[in-house]
Amino acid sequence: MGALQAFLQAAVRTATPLALAALGETIVERAGIINIGLEGTILAGAFGGLVGASESGVGAGYAMAVAVALVFGAVSGWFVIRLRADQIICGTAMNLLALGVTGTLYRDLYGAAGAALRIPTSAPIAVPLLSRIPVLGPAFFEQPPVTYLWYALTPVLWWWLARTHGGLALRAVGERPRSAVVAGIAPSRVRWRALLFGSALGGIAGGTLVLAQAGTFAEGMSAGRGFIAIAIVVLGRWDPRGAALGALFFGAVSAMQFALQSLGLDLPYQLFLALPYLVTLIALARTGGRLSAPAALGEP
Amino acid sequence: MIDRTNARRMAARALEVARAVALNGVVAFALLSLVIAAGGHAVGPAMRALWDGSFGSWYALTSATLVRAVPLILAGLGVALAFRAHVWNIGAEGQLLVGATAAAIVALGAVHLLGAFTLPAALVAGAIAGALWAGIAAVLRQRYGVLEVISTIMLNFLAAYLVGYLVRGPLQEPTHVYPQSSDIAAIAQLPRLFPGSRAHWGLVLAFVAAPIVWWALARTAAGFRVRAVGANPEAAQSAGLIDAARTRTRAFLVSGALAGLAGAVQLTGVTFALYENLSPGYGFTAIAVALLARLDALAVLLTAVLFAGLESGALAMQRDAGIPAVTVSIVEGALILLALAGAAGTRSGVLAMFRRAPAGIEDEA
Repeated sequence: MGALQAFLQAAVRTATPLALAALGETIVERAGIINIGLEGTILAGAFGGLVGASESGVGAGYAMAVAVALVFGAVSGWFVIRLRADQIICGTAMNLLALGVTGTLYRDLYGAAGAALRIPTSAPIAVPLLSRIPVLGPAFFEQPPVTYLWYALTPVLWWWLARTHGGLALRAVGERPRSAVVAGIAPSRVRWRALLFGSALGGIAGGTLVLAQAGTFAEGMSAGRGFIAIAIVVLGRWDPRGAALGALFFGAVSAMQFALQSLGLDLPYQLFLALPYLVTLIALARTGGRLSAPAALGEP
Repeated sequence: MIDRTNARRMAARALEVARAVALNGVVAFALLSLVIAAGGHAVGPAMRALWDGSFGSWYALTSATLVRAVPLILAGLGVALAFRAHVWNIGAEGQLLVGATAAAIVALGAVHLLGAFTLPAALVAGAIAGALWAGIAAVLRQRYGVLEVISTIMLNFLAAYLVGYLVRGPLQEPTHVYPQSSDIAAIAQLPRLFPGSRAHWGLVLAFVAAPIVWWALARTAAGFRVRAVGANPEAAQSAGLIDAARTRTRAFLVSGALAGLAGAVQLTGVTFALYENLSPGYGFTAIAVALLARLDALAVLLTAVLFAGLESGALAMQRDAGIPAVTVSIVEGALILLALAGAAGTRSGVLAMFRRAPAGIEDEA
């Protein structure tokens, strides 16, 4: 396996949870909600994945990850949609809550000594034919099944947003909720669906960390991925295709760090890690956040 | 300037703040007991450890709780000020880190030049660096309409990587073994307040800063503009006397300066060297502090002490009673949600900050 192939494989692996979370957040933000609590949702999903998988395998792990994330989404929704509470304040609280609940439960359920619980991870599945493509094949098409969920969801979500009535209604709610009401759309119902969908994907993203990567849980293991996903949504200009590419970019930059180390190059890799954030900021400034951000983003 | 009526009003206000924070404290302890009991632990010994590690002894109070409270107070004041102007600065963590970095650069690089003036210069440099870091987000907001919620998230990551790079590169200690800077000279350090305690003069700085911010918000023209813009930007703007954009930018800069100062104080008073995990998320906890203090500067002071006590006590609780310190995060999150739920029923007053004006969406459900 060549260095390039290893690099690409690592890039796709790192990008997978980011892409799933970012695709979900794209839908949520297009409905006008900024889910700062995504970080907590991912963490909750990771913990749910551990609990489910340690009971009855990887499938149950993902089911549990989604279930836990949906509970989180429902609590957030109750505050930001039902009570029209401030989304940033609520998200901050949800992140704290997720960190505390998962950290405490992990120690209560599996012991304090950090005797890391190991669970089996889902094996990569090679896609017939596609995985035979030199270099690119194994990197992109010999991955755990969740990676294929990312590939499949990207065009589906793009098509749904751009070409269906449901997608149009969602965008209307995110841009001009009042006009949407006039058009007979119930903004709160659309927002509920979007938030729950985004939370479920955040949960799967968290599940991926445990079930396809680490094989165990650690306190705060989401490690900022929720915030990175929010960055990716912006970089991808609130478009599912952009989110998918943005996630790949963030994944590639992280993978570069290991590639450089394995090549024995002593470059300051923090500068590489900082690159995507810098690019996102510059892209934001160039396009003007207002041009592409949903107009009603963050408004209750 | 402070006549008797004013003094009486201030005393009444202070009492009200103290009562609100005390209520938060009681709820926090009740919630914590509940979580501990739910986890199947004995509540008594845990609470004992919590108390002993936070407020129960002179040493714990001055060396743990109050030392931890200093950055929370300063950064919390910054967050409260920004949020008051409806500037969603969630970048206090990044501003704190660049503040610490600037203080380290001045304290390490200019100590021969500045001598006894190194310390004040380092603190000022920290505040300026924090303001500039916030200024990036402020310019992006004003010039290009980039939401500060998003840009300050990016700037938090950038600040963390900047510190990571500096302590392995230009600022690394001379032996190049550890990813940290050298210790700053004794003359550049904030002096201790009393012998045998880790409490330093930053505590005095924080306890002075809070009433100043409170006074500035409540009693000055600039403070009035901030409150007016925060309450209703369109009204403030159309009243003609307030430039909402400029007011917001200024509030953003001062907010960054306070967070940067928090970092500089932490470096010159506690860590003495720059390294990556210099802040265990003070900038994020500061958001929780500001929110629970309902964005009131005096309440920030007391809430920060409460949170610092909870977190110091939680560490003792983990050590002595085997209860995860992270349990405290549940309490912090739940307190904020309780405040949100409580605010949902209110239409006026400070609580209304938690509930922005309804967008006029009529639900059919």
